[in-house]
Amino acid sequence: MLNHEVLIAILLLSPLIGFFINGLRFRSTNYVIAGSVATGAVAISFAASVVLFLQLIEASPENRRLGVTFFEWMSVGQFKVNAGFLVDQISGIMILIITGVGSLIHLFSIGYMHHDKGVTKYFSYLNLFIFNMLILVLGDSLLTMFVGWEGVGLCSYLLIGFWFSDSAKAAAGMKAFITNRIGDAAFILGMFILFFTFGTLNIQELNVLAPNVMEAGWLGAVTLGTLMLFIGATGKSAQIPLYVWLPDAMAGPTPVSALIHAATMVTAGVYMIVRLNPLFIIAPNTMMVISIIGAATAVLAATIGLTQYDIKKVLAYSTVSQLGYMFLAVGVGAFGAGMFHLMTHAFFKALMFLGSGSVIHGMHEEQDIRKMGGLKKYMPITHFTFLLGWLAIIGVPPLAGFFSKDEILWFAFSSPSGHWTLWLAGAIGAALTAFYMTRLMALTFWGPSRVDKKVHPHESGLSMTIPLIVLALLSVIGGWVGIPHVIGESLGHIPNLWEHWLEPVIRKLPVTGGAAAASDAATELLLMGISVVIAIGSASLAYWVYIIRPGSSEKIKNSIRPVYEFVNKKYLVDEAYSAAIINPIVQTSKSLWFYVDVNFIDKLTFKAVDVATGGGSFIRALQNGNMQQYAMYIGVGIVVVLSFVLMR
Amino acid sequence: MILSGLIFLPIVFALIITIWPQRNTIRHLALGFSVLEFILSLSMLQNFDQNSAALQMVEKTMWIERFGISYFLGIDGISLMLIMLTTFLVPITILASWNSIEDKRKGFFAALFVLQAAMIGSFLAMDAILFYVFWELSLVPMYFMIGIWGGARKIYATIKFFIYTMSGSMLMLLAIIFMMRLTPEVTGGVISANLLDFYKLQIPFIAGDFFTAQTLLFFAFAIAFAIKVPLFPLHTWLPDAHVEAPTPGSVILAGVMLKMGTYCFLRWVIPLFPEAADHFAWLFIAVGVIGIIYGALVAMVQPDIKKLVAYSSVSHMGYIIVGLFVMNAYGVSGALYQMLNHGVSTGALFIMIGMIYERTHSREISKYGGLAAAMPLFTIGFVIVTLSSIAVPMTNGFVGEFLILLGSFQYSPWVAAVSVTGVVFGAAYMLWMVKRVFFGPAGEIVKHASHDKSHALIDLNFRELVVLAPLVFLIFWMGLLPNHFMDYSKASVDHLIKNKMNYSLTWKGEGN
Repeated sequence: MLNHEVLIAILLLSPLIGFFINGLRFRSTNYVIAGSVATGAVAISFAASVVLFLQLIEASPENRRLGVTFFEWMSVGQFKVNAGFLVDQISGIMILIITGVGSLIHLFSIGYMHHDKGVTKYFSYLNLFIFNMLILVLGDSLLTMFVGWEGVGLCSYLLIGFWFSDSAKAAAGMKAFITNRIGDAAFILGMFILFFTFGTLNIQELNVLAPNVMEAGWLGAVTLGTLMLFIGATGKSAQIPLYVWLPDAMAGPTPVSALIHAATMVTAGVYMIVRLNPLFIIAPNTMMVISIIGAATAVLAATIGLTQYDIKKVLAYSTVSQLGYMFLAVGVGAFGAGMFHLMTHAFFKALMFLGSGSVIHGMHEEQDIRKMGGLKKYMPITHFTFLLGWLAIIGVPPLAGFFSKDEILWFAFSSPSGHWTLWLAGAIGAALTAFYMTRLMALTFWGPSRVDKKVHPHESGLSMTIPLIVLALLSVIGGWVGIPHVIGESLGHIPNLWEHWLEPVIRKLPVTGGAAAASDAATELLLMGISVVIAIGSASLAYWVYIIRPGSSEKIKNSIRPVYEFVNKKYLVDEAYSAAIINPIVQTSKSLWFYVDVNFIDKLTFKAVDVATGGGSFIRALQNGNMQQYAMYIGVGIVVVLSFVLMR
Repeated sequence: MILSGLIFLPIVFALIITIWPQRNTIRHLALGFSVLEFILSLSMLQNFDQNSAALQMVEKTMWIERFGISYFLGIDGISLMLIMLTTFLVPITILASWNSIEDKRKGFFAALFVLQAAMIGSFLAMDAILFYVFWELSLVPMYFMIGIWGGARKIYATIKFFIYTMSGSMLMLLAIIFMMRLTPEVTGGVISANLLDFYKLQIPFIAGDFFTAQTLLFFAFAIAFAIKVPLFPLHTWLPDAHVEAPTPGSVILAGVMLKMGTYCFLRWVIPLFPEAADHFAWLFIAVGVIGIIYGALVAMVQPDIKKLVAYSSVSHMGYIIVGLFVMNAYGVSGALYQMLNHGVSTGALFIMIGMIYERTHSREISKYGGLAAAMPLFTIGFVIVTLSSIAVPMTNGFVGEFLILLGSFQYSPWVAAVSVTGVVFGAAYMLWMVKRVFFGPAGEIVKHASHDKSHALIDLNFRELVVLAPLVFLIFWMGLLPNHFMDYSKASVDHLIKNKMNYSLTWKGEGN
């Protein structure tokens, strides 16, 4: 078997080489070569990931760490950071998701992008993204992680603005990068706080050094440091208040939305918190903030999702909302559940984004679901796979989403740091999710066709449907690795593989009593039942509104017109940010330039120069070569000096 | 002799160029000379002992005995990389301006070599008067470069440039003379302009009293150098000088001349006046932080690309000042590194702006748009340099900026918290400019070019690729393997940080 150091090198370098091959021939329009190189590169990485994962499984649970240090990156004084990478239980799962789902999306892209002139450039960016994402998850220190963290942001910028001739698309890319930079600035401060507290940025060392006592208050180093890192996460993972870039990011090609803005990059914030769980767990105030922000984002984004007509926008808000669930999970200390949902979401949301890509492709670049309907008969594979994704996300057992979402809701209720209000928010979010997703299904695939006569929808080719089928399969069975004990026991001792796998790297909350008492099997089953009923009820309601009584949605809309408009306009958050932050900054800058630079400093300078020249010309006037005048000066001088001397 | 060679070879080059009979081959000759100079500097690098904090390759002869002025050159880890930056940028600049300097070519290249000699001289001089001579000498060719080969408002710009820098120089000269009068204390009664003697002086400092020798001298030097940096609010000469200067002038001005200011803070101000520097560090950090944000904000609303980059320099130089005055290993190493980064990335930006100006004769952002479709290679290059400028990891800019912020956090978390906003604003002004110039639908200029064959926008040619390749290469080399560069300065920086209150320098091969 190959040495793990070589494997990690292959894993990382394969997409980088793919990037260079396609990057150097970026003018080529041969999509077959570009696509094969890029897909092949990620497939090689996937193979390396699988072998690495098998090596992890073989090792004993305490020794599941495969690390490698390639070189020393920075070293100044006490500050030393290596280009070091680590595969463990957490990053092992991530590399499988990234390269596995990544390969499928690369494959899908061959079909989706084949007519695009920039196809080679596109694939080179996609490979560069995979490379950076792998650095992010494998980096063994926070700074190495940050390298990937900014790197994926850069690729996201390039891919959102891929069709840069459209000003709005270029602007969307810019908005994504700058919004992320706000988070990144906080991330940097978080790193500083941790470095000057623990003397290292190495993740394993930090996790070992993390004290085993809770840190009370807001101003402790761990609380402040983790809060700063979390602000970084709100940027990357699109949480309140920095989520605004993600819906705009849909300007990029659809496979990019699937890969970067659903399955991988946007989950980086959740991953980072799970990675540092021993630190986060001892900062209860940070955890509280995370769970509240997560729950609030889950609900807020879901409500906006109810009102959107762009198929990708619906999915985008759905992603923001689902990410909120993940943060809710990690915020109540259920790190395993957060990671679990991260994985299942990667499957079903990538599936649905690719499905929407297939729809857009088949509809000749149409994204408005009002102009769709009845696509089921034209696109049977896309419809069926999308259907499975829909069932998974609304949480119908036994699909993947059911297990992961249910676990989050359960922990939100039962965890020592959980609260019934958090559960309620999650349940409301689940109801909304079921509604808007059913609405999306109904308007796109079911009911009568509203497709324009000129458009002839068609099913996509194999390179696009194969990834859909594989992801659909994963969306069905992906949750079975984490079957909760309550169900597993009754079905005959099915173990919760997921929990077992992550156990050695997750620190448990020190038990404080109180709320923990609620954790009994009956309650768990009851809540599970409630959430299934909520999902199915809400989905049925949506079905009734959009299919059985097609006119009723308009009626409802009209009866709550002002509220609907407000939600449809995304609560005017973008407008508020422009008015309250961006415009004032631009105006201030203009005034600084005009009033301070041009009209104050420069004017003052030239005033000073005038005074100097004035003084100079006065002296020059004295030296006019007139002898009599000189004699007079001498005379006056003597008188002045004499009188000065005599007066003393 | 190698250091003298580095200084005087360019002077010889300048002389040869002035008497060279063929006009057509002058630029080839100049390029050859500058490469020769670069090779010479590489051999200096080869001979440099990076484990020593002492002055190396020292040359010392008495020049004016009566005033203790000597011809005294030496190099250590603080100046080494700046010399390399200078010798590296000059050939690139010459190749970049291959076609842009049309008239009085002879004079231009002669001036460039005199400038190179003067800049290298200021980095190497270890005698105050010798240093002053080189410092002043560097102003003259730059003055002519802007005044003769400059743009429409060149006279305004040169006057402003001259007024600012000369007033700084006057202050500095006064301070140098004052210090020379103090030297008999430490030399046993002889007057001296030797910097190493200056280091030995114990100049009285009283914290509350502004009118004490050390405080006054500190400010005299600090203001002179702050003008050069330029530090807010003494920065307004810079945007005008840049906008009017020809491309090579801008590259050298931003790439090297601004570093003369920051370098001198490290060589002169901090070790000579440690108590005052310590006492007033807050002031310079505050002004540096204001510069970071102010420069970025004003850059954001500039209508002219070149002016935008000029203001971005104010912002970047603010980082360097913060790094120097927090006076810890992170800040100072980061600042030193950032000097090189800024030379490379801003140099590259000015070169690229020059390339596009040669094609379109416009720098107005609003007239651009859609350039990426017309010039893809150029766009790739520009975006890479932009990434370096906004300090994306894996580029050189990140290493410097990160270390400076780390150092400022150690000084005070608040300084880091405020400075870090520059990370956001920096991305904002650069990416906004990139968006308006390169992306979006074709703007006025690109449209015009597609109609009119004579104004067609041609992508980078081979010469231009050769100009940019080393810069891009360096951006990633310095970003991925910073130790290759920092190892040269480590010993000197450590020595300075450890002994800043009682700084002294020895030199290799010195008798005692």
